[in-house]
Amino acid sequence: MTALLEVRDVSVVFDGFRALDGVNFTVDNGELRFLIGPNGAGKTTLIDIITGLTKPTTGTVRFDGAVVNGKREHQRVRLGIGRTFQTSVVFEELTVLENLDLAASFRKPLVSLLTRRRGVTEKVAQALETTQLTDLASRKAGVLSHGQRQWLEIGMLIAQGPRLLLLDEPVAGMSSEERVRTGDLLTEIAKDHTVIVIEHDMDFLRRYASTVTVLHEGKLLIEGSVDEVRADPRVQEVYLGRAREEAAHDVVS
Amino acid sequence: MTATLEKPPVTEAPVKEPRDWRGPALFALVAVIGLVVMPLVLEPFRLGLLAKYLTYAIVALGIGLAWGQGGMLTLGQGVFFGLGGYAMGMHLKLNDAGDGLPDFMVWSGVETLPALWEPFRNPVFAIAMVVVVPGAIAWLLGTLVFRQRVRGAYFAILTQALAAAMVILLVGQQGLTGGTNGLTNFFEFFGQDVAADSTQRGLYFTVAIVLGILFVGAWQLQRSRFGRLLLAVRDGEDRVRFLGYNPATVKTITFTLSAVMAGIAGALFVPIVGIISPALLGVVPSLELVVAVAIGGRFALAGAVLGAILMGYAKTYFSEELPDAWLYLQGALFILVIGLAPKGIIGILGSLRRKKEVAA
Repeated sequence: MTALLEVRDVSVVFDGFRALDGVNFTVDNGELRFLIGPNGAGKTTLIDIITGLTKPTTGTVRFDGAVVNGKREHQRVRLGIGRTFQTSVVFEELTVLENLDLAASFRKPLVSLLTRRRGVTEKVAQALETTQLTDLASRKAGVLSHGQRQWLEIGMLIAQGPRLLLLDEPVAGMSSEERVRTGDLLTEIAKDHTVIVIEHDMDFLRRYASTVTVLHEGKLLIEGSVDEVRADPRVQEVYLGRAREEAAHDVVS
Repeated sequence: MTATLEKPPVTEAPVKEPRDWRGPALFALVAVIGLVVMPLVLEPFRLGLLAKYLTYAIVALGIGLAWGQGGMLTLGQGVFFGLGGYAMGMHLKLNDAGDGLPDFMVWSGVETLPALWEPFRNPVFAIAMVVVVPGAIAWLLGTLVFRQRVRGAYFAILTQALAAAMVILLVGQQGLTGGTNGLTNFFEFFGQDVAADSTQRGLYFTVAIVLGILFVGAWQLQRSRFGRLLLAVRDGEDRVRFLGYNPATVKTITFTLSAVMAGIAGALFVPIVGIISPALLGVVPSLELVVAVAIGGRFALAGAVLGAILMGYAKTYFSEELPDAWLYLQGALFILVIGLAPKGIIGILGSLRRKKEVAA
């Protein structure tokens, strides 16, 4: 396997606060990687660095062998890096179908966007099917429930056809049924994509994860299988020692 | 057990939108009223007023596109209206002056025609400039500011400052631009007496048809993928980046289109009203049109057009009957709309229709 994503010695400083401190992080082609860590560990910051939302103070990000540090957000999407957000942002005034169609059309030349959408393209139909949103296709995205919005976001990501998918807490706030469905969706996607998922829930992790990376206070703490990570005393220390009441259930549930 | 595992059946073509004929039917009705009924029932003076409102409606259509659809609150459309108007006015002045100098230049003591004016003798060049100059300036401005993610109130203030600067520039260059008086006293419009009823009638039809064409164009744009993308940029510019689009490009194109519309409107305004001056394109007229669009309903292109025409009539009526009350009434209407009906008149009509449908 070859490395699709290589983050080298990345540090981010916000007003003197080190959000990330010399992080090295590599993800191979076809991998399903989970990223965990207590609040403020720098998980979302790392995703932001990879997608171009935040610029690293030092260090490089390589995607498919090429340095992407100078690239803007939409340019990185064009290279094949796609992401979802912790709080899902779908376009509420557009229908589910239109949301997906926009996500699928970004490689079209601008002039061809001046025509109306006719019917449903194969990519969009596939995204509708994978996320099981077909019945809601013509509804405005504003009426969707929290879970449905997250699935729509994931659907938009699939429709983009990225090579690397970054999902920021896709099951946060979901009911246990919704979690199961999202998990199935994830496994489905992970079959033919490289995926990085930020997640807290250890049960959820154990069912789907191959490798887990633990971040703590901006540093990479440990990388390994779910069981290795769970057994590591430093991880227990980090989760239990810092905020027992808040974070305990995340790991030891 | 197996039943729960089965996926729900997926239909082959999930959505096939039915064609809605109500929009085109309404458009045809309005076109008949505009092109047949109005010219028959209105006396020349009133038809001329309507023609003037229709030029405002063209500007409003552009504001509807930029602000209503694209979220760019532009408070300086007067700039582009003025650029189009001056391009047309310069050509008419040169045409009237023949081999001599335009009258105001003689009064200002200018002895030779400024180099800037010379090419405007050519009617094709002048008409091209009506579109090119506003478009180029809007493109340049858009390219500079949208890339730097200037938006919201900052963009609004910037456009307003542009309108103020434009007025100062025009007033300061008396010999070049006619100063505060602007360009007026036109006699001929492409070989016809500009004041004649037949010419004015022709101009009315021209502006009505141009508005119709631009409306259909804007309507198609709104319904295209680009139009959906524009709404997406309005509601979540940062999210659009992660769909792989550059929002700055989308905004720049739309802002340019709105500026071109304002330029065309300004060029048509000049022969219809007979003057273009700084007072017609400064901060106040620019704001009045934004208010008109808000009252008509900024989220619908038809609302923008309706608002501009209604506010034009209201302004004329109240200026004739109760000149002191107009400004207060305009302000009160604006506050009422923003406070109680943010979707404007079109929004109110829409909710009435929905109520009727629910009742039926």
